[in-house]
Amino acid sequence: MAEERLPYPEKTVAQQAVLTTAAGGTAEEAELMVGGIGQFPRAEKPVRRRSFGRWFADTGWRHLIAVVVSLFAIFPLLYVLSASLNSNGTLIGSNRLFGEFSFDSYVRMLTNPDVPYPMWFLNTMIVAVVTGFTMVFIGALAAYAFSRMRFAGRRVGLITIVVVQMFPQLLAVVAIFLMMTAIGDWFPAIGLNTLSGLILIYLGGALGVNTYLMYGFFNTIPKELDEAAKIDGAGHARIFFTIILRLVAPILAVVGLLAFIGIVNEYVIASVMLIDPDKKTLVVGLTQLVSNPRYADWSAFSAGAVMAAIPVVVLFLLLQKYIVGGLTAGATKG
Amino acid sequence: MTDTVTTEAADKAPPQTPKQRSAARIADAAGGKLRWLVLKIVLLAIVDAIAVYAVFVLLAHGEWLVLSLVAAVTILVNWIYFSRKAIPAKYLTPGIILLVVFQIFTLSYTAYIGFTNYGTGHNGTKDQAISSLMSSSLVRVEDSPTYDVTVVERFNELGLLVTDPTDGDVSLGTNTQPLEPVDIASDGTVDGWTSLSFADVLQRSDEVEALAVPYSDDPNDGAIRTQDGQKGYLYVSTLDYDPVADTMTDTTTGTVYTDTGSGAFTSETGEQLLPGWQVFVGFDNFVRAVTDASIRGPLLAVTAWTFVFAIVSVASTFFLGLLLALVFQNKRMRFKNGYRSMLILPYAFPAFLSALIWAGMMNKSFGFINQVLLGGAEIPWLTDPWLAKISILIVNLWLGFPYMFLVCMGALQGIPEEVNEAGVMDGANPWQIFRRIKLPLLLVTVSPLLIASFAFNFNNFNLIYMLTGGGPRFTDVSIPVGQTDILISMVYKVAFTGQNRDYGLAAAFSILIFIVVAVISIISFRKTKALEELN
Repeated sequence: MAEERLPYPEKTVAQQAVLTTAAGGTAEEAELMVGGIGQFPRAEKPVRRRSFGRWFADTGWRHLIAVVVSLFAIFPLLYVLSASLNSNGTLIGSNRLFGEFSFDSYVRMLTNPDVPYPMWFLNTMIVAVVTGFTMVFIGALAAYAFSRMRFAGRRVGLITIVVVQMFPQLLAVVAIFLMMTAIGDWFPAIGLNTLSGLILIYLGGALGVNTYLMYGFFNTIPKELDEAAKIDGAGHARIFFTIILRLVAPILAVVGLLAFIGIVNEYVIASVMLIDPDKKTLVVGLTQLVSNPRYADWSAFSAGAVMAAIPVVVLFLLLQKYIVGGLTAGATKG
Repeated sequence: MTDTVTTEAADKAPPQTPKQRSAARIADAAGGKLRWLVLKIVLLAIVDAIAVYAVFVLLAHGEWLVLSLVAAVTILVNWIYFSRKAIPAKYLTPGIILLVVFQIFTLSYTAYIGFTNYGTGHNGTKDQAISSLMSSSLVRVEDSPTYDVTVVERFNELGLLVTDPTDGDVSLGTNTQPLEPVDIASDGTVDGWTSLSFADVLQRSDEVEALAVPYSDDPNDGAIRTQDGQKGYLYVSTLDYDPVADTMTDTTTGTVYTDTGSGAFTSETGEQLLPGWQVFVGFDNFVRAVTDASIRGPLLAVTAWTFVFAIVSVASTFFLGLLLALVFQNKRMRFKNGYRSMLILPYAFPAFLSALIWAGMMNKSFGFINQVLLGGAEIPWLTDPWLAKISILIVNLWLGFPYMFLVCMGALQGIPEEVNEAGVMDGANPWQIFRRIKLPLLLVTVSPLLIASFAFNFNNFNLIYMLTGGGPRFTDVSIPVGQTDILISMVYKVAFTGQNRDYGLAAAFSILIFIVVAVISIISFRKTKALEELN
């Protein structure tokens, strides 16, 4: 029985253990293996074609690892879901998993006058959606120019974009804060403590972050399409808006979604930019709400977290196929 | 399409595929030239209107440099979009303007701030510092006359309408604008200003009491202040500014403070009058970071931990992701998609929320892990210096392994099956095939992503800030940082938390991060040859 479940049949027992550990198996697994062999030394080959041993050696151990890691992956999420359905507000009161099903904390979170959660949600959606769309549009414009046109400074421009994207904007948070303070003195509409100012800052990263990814994708669209359209009398703008933009829609969705998720998660700049409670985004508001989890209304926070996560998770799962493609696109090219 | 057309087409060419049909639809949609022109003109008109407004505002503030930049950029934009030649520029301009202002300029400005003393007590010009010093040390002049005053308001700015008791002249001024004679209308009001009612004055008493209207252009003349919004008195500063010698003299003690170039008036004994002003201090911030033990200690510890954190995070997430990808490399395994959806959930869930939830679960006395999983243990997951670091690595493993799992799955699928067969033919065992053949192939594809992941974790502010807040705090240090702070969270704390905001020092730390990021970029460009590939 023991023989079949060994991944490396021609090695000795001790070697098996070492190999399993080295191959990424856990120490317990290797130990289990040695112990198992001690109990059933050199068992005869079973007669049944699919015995437990054979199954375990083939796919069973894979299920074991998958189940353990899946539990690790989902238990915090189950915990927060359970805590959000608990009407008891404290952290310790949230520990009984699925002890009750009540939507009290959702109601509390949405109606508490001290915690303008609906405003935070709205602000986050405004900032993330507007920035996501504009970012994709600006990035696509630039990628089109780099991919389809030849002009002086093109190579320098591409190199600049690749280099600049290495320096995330949050490194410049001190300067951004001071600059927005100054701008706010002249133009209060886009200065400190405004969503429009925050959107503008994020858009500063539009060229840096995603243009290179889109540029690679634009290059895969055959140039013959453009040429055919040009012969038919289409100008560059018409080719871009009516032909190219539709063909690159998948990559636009990926870039837009990654931008959206990135902005939903962005704390540093948002926290120094947004001061009024009503102006905050979810990440700033919720973080400050539970800055001391011991005294916070934990189940209300959990309810807020669940509601905040739903749009992101749903979008992610819907576009999963494209995202995975986008993630590995960079890898397979290098 | 009608039937006849389809039959005709069928004679000459095979029926249209769905792709061809969608191509035809796209071609049909490509029409309408006039609409684009109108749209372009409207958009440019909006841009120009905003620019003209901006120019007027900047004119009022006397910001000539910014004004000329705005004007120049607006003219350039108009030229680009009306010209027939600069086609690439039409596509690049919006992005480039935003990139230059909000990324390139801010990064360079951060580097510049690293060489200044910008921060609490040093955040303005010298003139602002002088008037602020004078107005903060005002005392009432003994036996000064009582002025009748009225609190007035314009554009939310408060001012004082002052009647001189000797000659009855009426003048008006604000905090920034010295008293100037004005004409009053018959009903006792001044054009453009509204008088505050007594109730308003009471309601805004803090603002009213903070009003100090300079008596004249010379700050040594003092200012009019009022407590109740009805009677005002002349206050003069205990400090006396001598513009010729550029010194401040404390008239009560006689101490002379001079401008020594360090950004504040300093007495002979080294005592500084704050607020000071912003000056260029060269490498002072860097020298301070290296020589001052209360900064050097945490800086070294934080830098070391930043590297350890980033390297261990990349390694642990990669190995767990790779293990899972290998585990799933089996055609007979069932329920693979189910596992997959569960495994990528941590990646789909917003990371900041995950960090906050883990912070709650890891709470020492009330958290889920201690209370339920460990049956009431009191393990200080987030408050013990070593355990906090381990907790951060565990949580980052949770956050990061799904990404590596997805990437490794993709990369493993990219390795052709023949490689495996060839290895088996040559007598290699599965481990050898993996270690000697597949892993090297895999590393070639994923190493750029590993570098990117390192760069990301190097600046993974959210995880640190939301899980431990950088704590537990270091003792005996002069900056508010802790054992688990990484460089970027240290920058944030030095600049934006605590009693003293030290933008200069924070920016100097940012420069340190710039250098590390630049080195990472160079390595990654060497590795990926990304720059050579550009054509």
